[in-house]
Amino acid sequence: MSAVIETHHDDHHHGPGKGITRWLFTTNHKDIGTLYLWFSFIMFLVGGAMALVIRAELFQPGLQFVHPEFFNQMTTNHGLIMVFGVIMPAMVGLANWQVPMMIGAPDMALPRLNNLSFWILPFAGGLLVSTLFMDGGGPNFGWTFYAPLSTTYAPPSTTFFIFAVHLLGASSIMGSINIIATILNLRAPGMTLMKMPLFVWTWLITAYLLLAVMPVLAGAVTMMLFDIHFHTSFFNAAGGGDPVMFQHVFWFFGHPEVYILILPAFGVVSQIIPTFARKPLFGYDSMVYAVASIAFLSFIVWAHHMFTVGMPLAGQLFFMYATMLIAIPTGVKVFNWVSTMWRGSMTFETPMLFAIAFVVLFTIGGFSGLMLAITPVDFQYHDTYFVVAHFHYVLVPGAVFGIFAAVYYWLPKWCGRMYDEAMGRLHFWLSFIGVNLTFFPQHFSGLAGMPRRIPDYSIQFADFNMWSSIGAFIFGFSQLILLYTVIKTIKSGEPASDRVWDGAHGLEWTLPSPPPYHSFTHPPVVTDAEAHS
Amino acid sequence: MANAAEDKSIYYVPENGWYPVWVALGVTCLLVGAGRWLNAIKVGGEPSFIVLWAGVIILTVVLFSWFNKVIQENHAGLPNAQVKRSYVWGMSWFIFSEVMFFFAFFGALFYARVFAVSWLGGEGDKGITGDYLWPQFTPDWPVVNNPDPSRFTNPHESMASPGVGNWLSYLPFWNTLILLSSSVTVHFAHTAVKNNNRGGLKAWLGLTVALGALFLFVQGYEYHHAYQELGLTLGSGIYGSTFFILTGFHGFHVTLGTFILLMQLVRAFRGHFKPDDQFGLEAASWYWHFVDVVWVCLFIFVYVL
Repeated sequence: MSAVIETHHDDHHHGPGKGITRWLFTTNHKDIGTLYLWFSFIMFLVGGAMALVIRAELFQPGLQFVHPEFFNQMTTNHGLIMVFGVIMPAMVGLANWQVPMMIGAPDMALPRLNNLSFWILPFAGGLLVSTLFMDGGGPNFGWTFYAPLSTTYAPPSTTFFIFAVHLLGASSIMGSINIIATILNLRAPGMTLMKMPLFVWTWLITAYLLLAVMPVLAGAVTMMLFDIHFHTSFFNAAGGGDPVMFQHVFWFFGHPEVYILILPAFGVVSQIIPTFARKPLFGYDSMVYAVASIAFLSFIVWAHHMFTVGMPLAGQLFFMYATMLIAIPTGVKVFNWVSTMWRGSMTFETPMLFAIAFVVLFTIGGFSGLMLAITPVDFQYHDTYFVVAHFHYVLVPGAVFGIFAAVYYWLPKWCGRMYDEAMGRLHFWLSFIGVNLTFFPQHFSGLAGMPRRIPDYSIQFADFNMWSSIGAFIFGFSQLILLYTVIKTIKSGEPASDRVWDGAHGLEWTLPSPPPYHSFTHPPVVTDAEAHS
Repeated sequence: MANAAEDKSIYYVPENGWYPVWVALGVTCLLVGAGRWLNAIKVGGEPSFIVLWAGVIILTVVLFSWFNKVIQENHAGLPNAQVKRSYVWGMSWFIFSEVMFFFAFFGALFYARVFAVSWLGGEGDKGITGDYLWPQFTPDWPVVNNPDPSRFTNPHESMASPGVGNWLSYLPFWNTLILLSSSVTVHFAHTAVKNNNRGGLKAWLGLTVALGALFLFVQGYEYHHAYQELGLTLGSGIYGSTFFILTGFHGFHVTLGTFILLMQLVRAFRGHFKPDDQFGLEAASWYWHFVDVVWVCLFIFVYVL
């Protein structure tokens, strides 16, 4: 045993490893956070390129560039990559960087598990993308992979798609366990639950959602695997099963999943708005309860995604009213963000611009969600571009803007250098214009009846689609500004102060910029001034 | 310079290690290999097992080294009480995620039985579907007459309980007793180590492993019986699908649990575990209680009701 003690003699003073092994073998929450964020950005470009293939094809009516079969593979993989390869990893990356610093911990609770959670992702992402190059093509049944499209009529690569989903799920489950253990066990003395920063709260609740629903997704794809390879009949009515059952199991995962994507962004915005309004967050307690209520309600609304499949009237009514209830806690949150800004000494640096755009544009996405919740109306909207406009409004200027805001807000803390404010604003305005130009017209084409997941369309939708495609290319290429700005910051940004923003509160700002390799070797003292914001 | 073994206020953060990234590689090889195998079988091709075996070997070597390392660190006194609490949280919520995995299959069973089958049989709000598709189908559970028997062969008989009076000749009942007793014996093993009763630890733990293996043997015999004599297979419609996926994944978990307990038994013989420090054993016993509870639910919802 003595040899073991020897090798660990200076465990708490070791720095980063050398070369590539620093990244392959790391147990450090900051290094792993960085890996998550870069992985997410690379996948953002891959998934974004797929989106641009879709928009290029839809620029004009008629078939222009790609075969319809390939178009289906693009819509499917764009969705899967953006959900599982971009937004989720980016949020986990933010949690990795921020949660230990915000609660006064030295690192994540289970550092080796943390490394495993990350390193599964490139393998899983690689496996998913590789299906596009297999015989018979990649998954082409939409990101929701409804049976029997994904079972009876699926390409052979579906087997690998299923295993990729298993791997992604395992990564998320391990990441969530780690985040829960960190938040529950590693808070500094005095950091009581109701003093935790909102970002930590939203991630705690998100981690529980992930733990509850990722295994259900694993169950869904496992039943698919058995239907494909072992002749079971879960989703085949000829054997007494039901394809609609797939949709129930999928959306029992799928609806909490959309809150998994957005709740951490709620947390980010709840950190940023108080800083730049120079006021404490309005209604902290109600924010916590609102997030918890949204998370609870997310488990009992899933069938609003499938009103048109035919379900008993009682089911339609229940899921309609339960869905509408979500507007209440969400309204509380929007009200509190606006009230925080009320009479604040506001300044509009890039993180604040993204946060304010988040509040406005996410609310638009929330309203279109309310319209979709109304069962009889949904019969008209179902599977049209109105749905596409709705979920892109909550995911792009919602979750993705939340991630952008977080990156600009904390980047100076992470690397000790200030980003170029002019470039940040340029990135913001081009993204803002691009995203609205892309998705706002889709509300109209959808209401007029344009179906989603279609490579060709009636000429009456031509103008809306042209605007949409122009917007998509503006949005897509403006992301290169983000890449340039981040690299420039890392290489040659002006040194940043420890506090960075003069209205910022929280333990992370008490550390130097950049913070030491191990955040808090000894627990810090939590003062009221640093709590609650 | 303080280190974790001396200063108990320091949270032990392990140094960089090669294990996790190799686990990621190993598990990917395992799944890619399994996928190639399945796809080859489906088209009647010749499967290649190289990638699959590479995955198995990598995982075996790495997981063994990783667990060994954690045990050595624990013996060296590196993790303090706070680190051990993280392990407790980690294991508890891992078991919760496993519960949700089974929840998906129980949900499928519930949906198929209550909604899908009765609608196919022409009952309820959506009964019209059944009237048009397979008007001759009657919605009994267990389903031994499938809507389309030409595609999903009917089993001769189901596994359903023959009634409480006949349980003495009903194997799943005996398996329930075996697994319930093993939950008791693993608890005795845990109590024994807490009382520093090494003999009791080894005896009760050994008995638990034996009961786990006996359960698996009986389950294997039952599957053989189902396939050979009852004609009940994965391909015999929704009853066979739900029966085998629920009992099969449970059996897989029992196999894992038995293996984990066997490893704890090996550790017990090597003198591991102290009265105040035996989380490896405790976590294994939690896992065992979990598979036991799942079995009780299976016995009720799959076999009896």
